Amino acid sequence: MSDSIYLDEARDPLIIAETWMKDGKDVAIATVVETWGSAPRPVGSHLVIDAGGNFHGSVSGGCVEGAVVTEAVDVIGSGKARMLEFGVADETAWQVGLSCGGRIKVYVERLG
Amino acid sequence: MDPYALKTLNAERRARRAAILVTDLGDGRDRIVREGDQVAGDLGAAIAKAFRSGNSGSVEAEGRTFFLNAHLPQPRMVVIGAVHISQALAPMARIAGYPLEIIDPRTAFATSDRFPDVALHPDWPQDVLERQPLDSYTALAAVTHDPKIDDFALKAALDANCFYVGALGSRKTHAKRVERLLALGASADQIARIHAPIGLDIGAATPAEIAVAILAQTILAFRSRGLDVKGAAA
Repeated sequence: MSDSIYLDEARDPLIIAETWMKDGKDVAIATVVETWGSAPRPVGSHLVIDAGGNFHGSVSGGCVEGAVVTEAVDVIGSGKARMLEFGVADETAWQVGLSCGGRIKVYVERLG
Repeated sequence: MDPYALKTLNAERRARRAAILVTDLGDGRDRIVREGDQVAGDLGAAIAKAFRSGNSGSVEAEGRTFFLNAHLPQPRMVVIGAVHISQALAPMARIAGYPLEIIDPRTAFATSDRFPDVALHPDWPQDVLERQPLDSYTALAAVTHDPKIDDFALKAALDANCFYVGALGSRKTHAKRVERLLALGASADQIARIHAPIGLDIGAATPAEIAVAILAQTILAFRSRGLDVKGAAA
């Protein structure tokens, strides 16, 4: 439930991504494209990451952001988009999981 | 993501216009679709649905997988009149996800005592709406019964294509209102969009029940945008 009818420019990940781009930074955008169970952030949520590993936004409320940032820095380097999947079933693959028991799929792509 | 798509998307979001970013998850290509843009086939149907629901998600179409990220402006309500109905409507609308503002130049009505925690403008609609214009993601309910206060706001709501326009008053009251709005330059088609008497017909008898009827009608109007549903105009 949001009471603001206007964008929160200082915190909005897509606005920040555009600002970073204008500043000449390399940027990756991560987007939650699918959720199962009690995922903490809804489909469409964004995390934006620069080549230095700085980030804004959220795809999981903190559970898997670290892993997404690492992947995103690679994506910035290669330019090749990746689909990541996190959840209790994937702990061995990713070493991270969602404590809530949900699963999420995150698409990570380079801006430009 | 295409930098141009990001710029376009942010511009639409800043202007409180709906847009969907369509990404082909196979090759990563993306584009912006604005509300009203024609898109054919299964993809077009999924896009139309996403505009109505505001829900993002993946869709299979033309043998490909697309991700639709729906960016809808936060819908809101503007109520003309700091009356009993508005006192009940303000908290209900906020809980339902439609933040509400109240405009009433009668300073005896528009007090923070009567409306704690509500955005309140003790000014004429003319002045407030010039500062904060209405738009198609705003609902307007005029409930003062006073033409001097309601009429300007109703005309402005029709011109701004507010997704919901409602006006309190009997059929007889509304017939007179129609004459005045015609004189103000509103078209018959525009005037037909006004819900009057206001609210879904649930037999509402108290101010709080009328507030429920108004909120229900607002939600119906919002969720049937772009559909040819008349929404039980009571």
